[in-house]
Amino acid sequence: MNADTHPQPDPSGAATLDTEVLIIGGGVTGAGIMRDLALRGVHSVLIDKVDLCAGASGGNHGLLHSGARYVSTDLEAAIECRQENELLKRLAPGCIEATGGLFVAVEGDDPAFGARFPDLCAQAGIRCDELTVADARRQEPHLSERLTRAFRVPDATVDPFHLALANVDHARIVTGSIYRSHTELVRFEIADGAIRSAVCRDNRTGASVVVRARQYVNAGGAWAMNIARLAGCADVSLTYAKGTLLVNHDRMTHHVVNRLRPPGDGDILVPGGTVCLLGTTSTRVTELDRVGPTIEEVDRNIREGSAMIPALAHARYTRAFSRVRPLLQNAGTAGDRAASRGFALLDHAGQNLSNFCTITGGKLTTFRLMAQKAADLVAARLGNAAPSTTASVPLPGRDAGRWAEPGAAAKLWLAAKDPSDMILCECEMVPQSAIDEILATAGDTAPGALSIEAISLRSRVGKGPCQGSFCGIRVGSHLYDRGTYVDAGGLARMRDFFDERFRGQRPVIWGQQAAQMELAEALHCGLLGLDTLDAD
Amino acid sequence: MTNEPARQFAVDLAVIGTGIAGFAAAVFAANRGLATAIAGNTGALAYTTGYLDLLGRRDGGGEAIDDPWQAQAALSEAEPRHPLGRVPVADIRDGFTEFTAFLGRHGLAYTAPGERNLLALTPVGTCKRTLCVPATMASGPRALASRTPSVIVDVEGLKGFSGREFVANLGPRWPGLATRRIAFPGLPRGEVYPEVMARALEVPATRRAFADALREAAGGVTSVGVPAILGMYRPDDVHGELERLSGLTIFEIPTMPPAVPGVRLRELLEQALPRQGVTLIPQQKVTALKFDQTGAVLDLADAYGAIRVRAAAVILATGRFLSGGLVARRDGIVEPLVDLPVTQPPSRADWYGERYTDPRGHPVHRAGLEVDDELRPLGRDGRPHSERLFAAGVNLAHQDWIRSRSGAGIAIATARRAVAAAARLVGPVAPAVGADGQGVRRDANATPGAV
Repeated sequence: MNADTHPQPDPSGAATLDTEVLIIGGGVTGAGIMRDLALRGVHSVLIDKVDLCAGASGGNHGLLHSGARYVSTDLEAAIECRQENELLKRLAPGCIEATGGLFVAVEGDDPAFGARFPDLCAQAGIRCDELTVADARRQEPHLSERLTRAFRVPDATVDPFHLALANVDHARIVTGSIYRSHTELVRFEIADGAIRSAVCRDNRTGASVVVRARQYVNAGGAWAMNIARLAGCADVSLTYAKGTLLVNHDRMTHHVVNRLRPPGDGDILVPGGTVCLLGTTSTRVTELDRVGPTIEEVDRNIREGSAMIPALAHARYTRAFSRVRPLLQNAGTAGDRAASRGFALLDHAGQNLSNFCTITGGKLTTFRLMAQKAADLVAARLGNAAPSTTASVPLPGRDAGRWAEPGAAAKLWLAAKDPSDMILCECEMVPQSAIDEILATAGDTAPGALSIEAISLRSRVGKGPCQGSFCGIRVGSHLYDRGTYVDAGGLARMRDFFDERFRGQRPVIWGQQAAQMELAEALHCGLLGLDTLDAD
Repeated sequence: MTNEPARQFAVDLAVIGTGIAGFAAAVFAANRGLATAIAGNTGALAYTTGYLDLLGRRDGGGEAIDDPWQAQAALSEAEPRHPLGRVPVADIRDGFTEFTAFLGRHGLAYTAPGERNLLALTPVGTCKRTLCVPATMASGPRALASRTPSVIVDVEGLKGFSGREFVANLGPRWPGLATRRIAFPGLPRGEVYPEVMARALEVPATRRAFADALREAAGGVTSVGVPAILGMYRPDDVHGELERLSGLTIFEIPTMPPAVPGVRLRELLEQALPRQGVTLIPQQKVTALKFDQTGAVLDLADAYGAIRVRAAAVILATGRFLSGGLVARRDGIVEPLVDLPVTQPPSRADWYGERYTDPRGHPVHRAGLEVDDELRPLGRDGRPHSERLFAAGVNLAHQDWIRSRSGAGIAIATARRAVAAAARLVGPVAPAVGADGQGVRRDANATPGAV
């Protein structure tokens, strides 16, 4: 298929994109649908109002569940997780670290839960091996002295950014499918029971972009209900749970560590590269945008987590983050922890629309399955008989996202041995060639349009202990050198990057981070005057 | 105390902290003939740009200040608890004059404190208001003020300093501003470091080659800005000779800290203070400070073991979180050495506002030590912790040195006042000397063995 991939100006002044399928929402599900369709020969456009993984896809532990987490609450979800876990380890090894997971109980935890746990895992087909307490503590020395029981399961870790980038990249290569960041759906043009076009806005320039497609997929995650309403569909019913996680400066364990009890606050620690993530809390919210971690949530995670791993009470945290998870409202009266982690695919046929569907709910581990189900529906509606092949075709371990992997940049830089390729982010060893590579593929051509957040998303820039306070300046200078920034707007981009990073730092500023923050502020505001750019 | 340390000595004044406040206090004390010891970790000094700000912006998101003296007087009225508000304007002026004169005598000349703030240059092409700048940087603000056509010369491999960035930001209001990139003579291709270049420029042959490169890059323009790399120990000489060799007017622009201007200050003070008779115990943290009937007792240790210093008076110039003068704990902010009470927001949730670069700053910055007019820190009973203890610098409460661009101003002003108060307490010593005079050394009762 040769869809017209270049925006055409129309008489109203808006650029128009023609494609077969418009996918709304650049989380892992949207990216997965894009690739699944591409492998069937279908061209698509994927849009996100912010950027890839800006929602719950980028705001979780990065835990590839074995399913054991759900054996007590949702056997079906547990089985799906087990199957997808095995599949993704085989097909996308570049995005996954097969760490294994431990479920541990400490004194005071209900022994009945631990007693039932192996049987529950067996019901879901999940391998579960009991370890002696001594053996568990030998393997993970940070575990509490008050440990009473430990099991090992096939949990793993997955980098959702890498995963999304690799899916998008594969779709681009196969059918020339297009990903547009910062493109927000404004309204649908609907006529005769079908969506004719989607009117979007480029959130950086304010320009209007019209996408004309045959099929429209709502993969908006927590925003799916809002998007469905824009299409006049009232059949998507979601509630929202905000989860808050902390990034620990050090990797404290080899395994994923789960608390051996029914799911609760601060009961999972997931290593990732050189750091680890602790979380999460779960709080019902009604607001979708501008959710942020609170001090109370941070302290609660630390309090709970340190029961398993006492050193978490005194560890150095570099940031905290919160995202909203969509929960499907079909679970009755149980709490949000027990609400369905399953997903829903709605074809909206009952809403008098023939070319619109919504996929929401679910979890990172089952994103591929969700994408397959949605793509099955879309392909059938397009009359495309090709089956999904994402359960058998490996995800190319290509370059997309390679700079996003913790610890990878240093290895790539060392291997290249180019003395003129300077390290711009010293915490995470990101060289300027990585920035240049991202510049070349990010697809932003307008001078000044590229944000440093976009680079940070595609690399490790700003993710180390200094949280971008030094490398943000170096990357900014480099972008001026490269002609990406040409005027004072570049400094505003730099300021926005620091402001964005700060939102996650704010609740964990104590100890060494307070010293780091004082230095950063003296530099950014005291010297460079980024606090008074508008005034001067 | 079970074991008395082998090395003990006594002084009139012990200064704890080796930032601008601590060093200024040691300079002022030495100039007044006080037997002085100074101890602390000098790490944070390397993060300074060399600019000595007095008051660049009004606190709390206010406008830029051109006349810092008038602004200080207004501050004194409006915010009597602000550290700068506690020091008479004449003392602040004398303090700046005395401190910069000391630096100048030791090879790091500064512009004299003027009536108005200078508009100084930053590495990204913004401007900041400051009172005194190193002589090596002085032509920059002048060139900006007179819009003298200038070429910003940056160096291949020096990251975080881009002439293009500088020109993109300042060009619109500085016609005739251009940039050129040169390779630093004699260094291999790849990353180059400011400290390495600064030391290389102490060598005559490198200077000649660098002057040639600058002249060529200038292309007929006579005013040239360079990153701050013009020498480490003799920047005034290096700068002067480069101007003579190239026939150009040259100004340094600070680079991203930690940078050469901060290292210069640190190294100068570390070398100059002992020559003034000050006992310097560098890179060591004071672990305990106690007061008895006869004075203060400081305990610290270096690689050779424990050291005990007895002092008639102590100035706490320990800085904030970066330097360890204050410690932010999850449950509150503490002063770790003496456990002085710290004025602070009610809870951690109140420390920071939502937006990092909010021009109004954040409540946590105004946390700090409470003092009386003599700059004696107050205890929990609201009375001075000790008659012998004084505080100086940004560990004091009720100021936001970052937003008001007043770090050096607070340091120098309060150091000056604290030293004056300490001198009164210690009593008559060798005759004080004028601001520009040489300090008179009074022998310490004993000198420490290996320090």
